[in-house]
Amino acid sequence: MKPKKRGKGILSRLLMAFFFRRKTPKIGIYGPPNAGKTTLANRIIHTFVDENEDIGAASGMPHETRRAVRRSGIMIDLKLKSVQSPDPNHGSDPEPKVKERKERAKRKLKLDVVDTPGLATKIDFHDFMAYGLEEEEAKRRAKEATEGVIEAIKWLDDIDGVVLLMDATEDPYTQTNVIIIGNMEARGTPIIIAANKVDLADAAPERIMNAFPQHPVIPISALKGENMEMLYEEMARRFR
Amino acid sequence: MEVKMDLVSEDKINSMGSMEKLRFVLDGVKSGNIVVLEGGLTSEEQMKLIELTMTEVNEDFPGIEMNGYPTKRGFLNLRRKTRLTVIGPANTMHTIKKDNDLISAIISAI
Repeated sequence: MKPKKRGKGILSRLLMAFFFRRKTPKIGIYGPPNAGKTTLANRIIHTFVDENEDIGAASGMPHETRRAVRRSGIMIDLKLKSVQSPDPNHGSDPEPKVKERKERAKRKLKLDVVDTPGLATKIDFHDFMAYGLEEEEAKRRAKEATEGVIEAIKWLDDIDGVVLLMDATEDPYTQTNVIIIGNMEARGTPIIIAANKVDLADAAPERIMNAFPQHPVIPISALKGENMEMLYEEMARRFR
Repeated sequence: MEVKMDLVSEDKINSMGSMEKLRFVLDGVKSGNIVVLEGGLTSEEQMKLIELTMTEVNEDFPGIEMNGYPTKRGFLNLRRKTRLTVIGPANTMHTIKKDNDLISAIISAI
């Protein structure tokens, strides 16, 4: 006769949760200006929190986000049907239920998302004037953008994982991308590369895969919502 | 107009403290020079250099252009070996192409 295994009781689970509770991981969305970081952050919030909530405004002008913005407590729930529909034959056996619960827990991840300003090594106010801003406004924006870059760098100390967003239509092998990846590797922080804008005709996500073969690269379109499930699954796997 | 280049040996770079190194580079670049570091900067140092640069960006100095060969794994994969790093004023130096072992850039005097 098989010995009956006892599952954890409510009290022990509560005690475990109280004493060994894990902090919610903070996931930073990093990347160069205009890669689509805010669009991705908004997409995540629209999918898992509220369709009408935005973390920030996205625009074609670089450095639109000049302050890091954190959205706490986002529950990434992948809702796999196979996990949600338990096999009725296993009703009396506690073992599959435990497995099922663990499996379901693996499909859920609560995290904080931090939308960061674009990282750059140069900020020229003339670039903003090309978008129609007056000189004074362009200078003010450039000053704010420099502060935003510093803020994004400071945030790296508090980040538990990074989604590094790259524009799949551009050369990925920029020094900024190399520096972010190098810093994350040195800190041992998990990183996912999202090759954004694959909905555009000249997108070439394979260039990003070839440039950084040591990290997972997920081709997505944050704007159109393409391949987002793949990204969420990778996030649930890497940032646990 | 001429552009000055500072080619700095690994020994000189290694003899400097972290902040001293960054100050040396940024002062050179702000003077309009192209600074080439044998041995290069680590990713962490490059990130700190970006941070320091951003505090000094103004109407006359828009920032830096920086490039380098990626790090190589050292003995038993334990140590990362940095390689060459080249830094110049953003309004003077423009990178055209970069890969693992080649950096092509145009240097144009203002």
